[in-house]
Amino acid sequence: MFPFTLEKAGSTEAAIAAAATGARYIAGGTTLVDLMRDEVERPERLVDINRLPLGGIRLEGEDLVIGALARMAEVAADSDVQRLQPLIAESLIEGASPQLRNMASMGGNMLQRVRCPYFRMLDVGCNKRTPGSGCAAIDGLNAGHAILGTSDHCVATHPSDVAVALVALDAAMRVQGPQGERSFPVEELFRLPGDTPHLEHTLLPGELIVEIRVPGGPYALRARYLKVRDRASYEFALVSAAAALAIEDGVIREARIAAGGVGTRPWRLRACEAALAGRKPDRQAFEEAAQLATEGVRPLHHNAFKVALLPRTIVRALQMAGEVA
Amino acid sequence: MSMNVIGKPLTRVDGRTKVTGKARYPADFNQPGQLYAALVSATVGLGRVTGIEGVEVERMPGVVALITHRNAPKLPYLPHKGIIDPAVGERLHVLQDDSVRFYGQPVAIVVADTIDHAERAAAALRIAYDAHRPIVDHADEEVARIVPGTGKADRSRGDADAAVAEAAIKVDENYDIARENHNPMEPHATVAAWNGDRLTLWSKSQFLVNEQAEIAAVFGLPIENVEVICPFIGGAFGTSLRTWPHVTLAAIAARQVQRPVKLVLTRKQMFFTTGHRPRSLQRVALGATPDGKLTGVIHEGTGETSRYEQFTEALTAVTEYLYSCPNLRTQYRLAQLDTATPNHMRGPGEASGIFALESAMDELSYKLGIDPIELRRRNEPQIDEAENKPFSSRSLIQCYELGAERFGWARRTPEPRSMRDGRLLIGMGTATATYPAFHAPSSARVRLLADGTAEVEAAASDMGPGTYTSMTQVAAEFLGLQPEQVRFGLGTTDYPPTPSHGGSWTMASVGSAIRAACLEVQSQATRQAIADAGSPVFEASMEVLEWVDGGLRRRGDASPGLSYQDILAKAGNPIEADGSAQRDPEIAEKYSMHSFGAVFAEVSVDPDVGTIRVRRLAGAYGIGRVVNPLLASSQCTGGMIGGIGMALMERTVLDVRDGRPVNAHMADYLVPVNLDTPKLEALFVDEVDPHVNPVGVKGLGEIALVGTAPAIANAVFHATGKRVRTLPIKIEDVLTA
Repeated sequence: MFPFTLEKAGSTEAAIAAAATGARYIAGGTTLVDLMRDEVERPERLVDINRLPLGGIRLEGEDLVIGALARMAEVAADSDVQRLQPLIAESLIEGASPQLRNMASMGGNMLQRVRCPYFRMLDVGCNKRTPGSGCAAIDGLNAGHAILGTSDHCVATHPSDVAVALVALDAAMRVQGPQGERSFPVEELFRLPGDTPHLEHTLLPGELIVEIRVPGGPYALRARYLKVRDRASYEFALVSAAAALAIEDGVIREARIAAGGVGTRPWRLRACEAALAGRKPDRQAFEEAAQLATEGVRPLHHNAFKVALLPRTIVRALQMAGEVA
Repeated sequence: MSMNVIGKPLTRVDGRTKVTGKARYPADFNQPGQLYAALVSATVGLGRVTGIEGVEVERMPGVVALITHRNAPKLPYLPHKGIIDPAVGERLHVLQDDSVRFYGQPVAIVVADTIDHAERAAAALRIAYDAHRPIVDHADEEVARIVPGTGKADRSRGDADAAVAEAAIKVDENYDIARENHNPMEPHATVAAWNGDRLTLWSKSQFLVNEQAEIAAVFGLPIENVEVICPFIGGAFGTSLRTWPHVTLAAIAARQVQRPVKLVLTRKQMFFTTGHRPRSLQRVALGATPDGKLTGVIHEGTGETSRYEQFTEALTAVTEYLYSCPNLRTQYRLAQLDTATPNHMRGPGEASGIFALESAMDELSYKLGIDPIELRRRNEPQIDEAENKPFSSRSLIQCYELGAERFGWARRTPEPRSMRDGRLLIGMGTATATYPAFHAPSSARVRLLADGTAEVEAAASDMGPGTYTSMTQVAAEFLGLQPEQVRFGLGTTDYPPTPSHGGSWTMASVGSAIRAACLEVQSQATRQAIADAGSPVFEASMEVLEWVDGGLRRRGDASPGLSYQDILAKAGNPIEADGSAQRDPEIAEKYSMHSFGAVFAEVSVDPDVGTIRVRRLAGAYGIGRVVNPLLASSQCTGGMIGGIGMALMERTVLDVRDGRPVNAHMADYLVPVNLDTPKLEALFVDEVDPHVNPVGVKGLGEIALVGTAPAIANAVFHATGKRVRTLPIKIEDVLTA
């Protein structure tokens, strides 16, 4: 690990000021410390933001507001979250391990870095780690990699589960930075790799995620998250799907669908959603809609199975959502 | 023989020590003035080191030494092969020249004042290589398959090829099992300290006396100059059977800096040079009559090995004796690759070989329309047909009967895809497990103290099965004491030598030696009592005396008799005796000795997304005497969990471009978690085997894993109708079902 200094910020302003002069934020540290130990990340200055008043979960009208420092475990166990946005609770529980969920913050979860093994190996090319050094995964072992949103420069999958749920739910995030405060949809946080895979998000220098706002909706209660993987826990998704349905008089009024494990960012599937509007929530409708999910896929040598698994996962998630009483 | 202490579910005598954190593992033995070593591993898969930019690294904070092949001492590397080392080839010599034989080979050591400084400097070291593309893909057509130099490669009886060709019903398929790494929780660790030309190693080892002999040979020292200490092991599964290069490197470093040095491998380095279960490719062909009698069996297999050693395992061995068949042929080959030498991983070759055989037997049962258990019954041999001699005991059918009853096999409907739980497909599968009942020469020491308690010592190991506890029971049993009166010590080369802690022979070997030592001290105590003029048994003949529950008395006498305390109080000195034991060669010649078991698995498969989950496992085993049912059950469920890993998760994935393990990380190398291991049940049939050894045990550690993977694979077929012949079975394998 490279040497670094650690300062504890007493206020949000102080934290932002530190970041504006080159410090990196650290909250739970579950991604950053791990990568620092592998020397993939080499920050010289860290600013600990855990003392900032950015925790907690509250209701504002129909909106659920989750503080950026709320821990994954805390959010998953919150009664308002479970009651109003069960999709978020389920996606959190499916993520990581209990130990990690106790430490990892919601803001940090959004910014967690990819799980591509080559990203962590300093002796191979990785455009994300070292721009211009090539991508060892494209011609390497890539069963876990993305089939959507990839480029010739990067094929790494976005690893978050809860981000998939948040994108499906049209959540927004509020950030604070040297230039002040702004809000934008969570979906807009994530960049496609294109030819700049080292740029993963749209935060401006020094900006700090302060909260995530999840609007209510008629689909919020009939919502499920399905994560498909070889091990029952503590494994990243091969494919996952968040599905939420608003059903009225036996007809789907509105559907929300996003997928994980397949895209270079959490993958909202608006074409699938549109195909379901006005349909009866039956298997045929789900299957027809799910077929639209694979439009534009670019399978690699080892991950072609995801092209088949993605629609199956969506169908199953939709069925699970439809079965919610 | 009725037993008082053996057979009792004693809880672990070292349990409190472990859970209170007082147990000291090798890396806990910090020494005064100790420095820390970090290894630098080769980042190419084949080639030569051509440049080392060491000057700047040597100037980094805290760095005391940088050791590479350019400044490392030339070591004698005298010949030494323990029973666990490959018989053919020569072990890796570290830092002796510029060659790189496989990805991850150690090429430098950095020694520094803290672990952080050592790791930082090790990471900063730039090394230039002349690199070539290694060959690491076992399935590569160009890989030569050689006959192992040990010469025991092929066995044959009758004409198997003709029999299979002419058979009414046949199965002929290929199987591919992934490379696995042991991945115990505790990493390899060595603290090395020199005192002149004497070396002390606190080092993770399942075979202390071999580590002592190996390091003595590497450094050209008399064996008695090397001491190895390892009182506790945090899991090993075979990875610590051999003495790997890091032990030599720790000793080199300590000698170079003239200070004690601690070296702990990183998790990533645990995938490089500490052995692995070799990937195996196999073919099994079975021929049978329409009523299910095997007429021909062919089992061919190839295992990976390195280019510098021939690692062999019993890949096809069980096929020779498991079932009755007049025509049988086995063939075993090695594929030499640019990798490190594999080694034994729990249930070694047997676990891999039986996956192929038992998958084929299951497939045959469907072709025949005969229940899988009935098929085994119809092919149950009367004797070991390979060796043409009787089994010392064999309870396979009893295992199937007990297991089937407890598992509820009768509820299984034979047709694939015929069982459901809601929308989930349910499958039930079964498979045979077997493992040889080995026995190796061992020794032990027993000391009776004046207070009537006993100290028992052997250079054995306890990697988790409960050796501390079970040996305490053996000693208590044969001395007639309570377990609390016995203190058993292991884990140092100061104690009498034992064989490796693996191969399921620790209890058979060390237990028998302890028994012999116990009987010897007891007989010395008897002689002392007889010689004592004030003793009630003064000048009695040995024949009229007996020991009952720790008391010496005349036969037929109802009194408690003389206790050890009574006898020793007179002389005041402890009585000490060494005992040794080995298998009687005549008995060994006369009987075929193996454990048998039957494993049952129930799985669910999601028909939409292919998720496979083991719902329950039951294993019934005939393993001779069970010394401690609590420990035995725990050992079995642990083995089953290893089997779940082998069946559904574990695989070390190599990048063929440079031979690197791509998933050398516990987030990427999957082993079962609690959610993957729901209901596991171990059952033991009553089995008395008077031939195997005086304690009557056949061993349990290995067989507990053998058979689990095929039982699960057979259950997956039953659930889905999809036969998967590669391990681990992955979601994508059943997705098209």
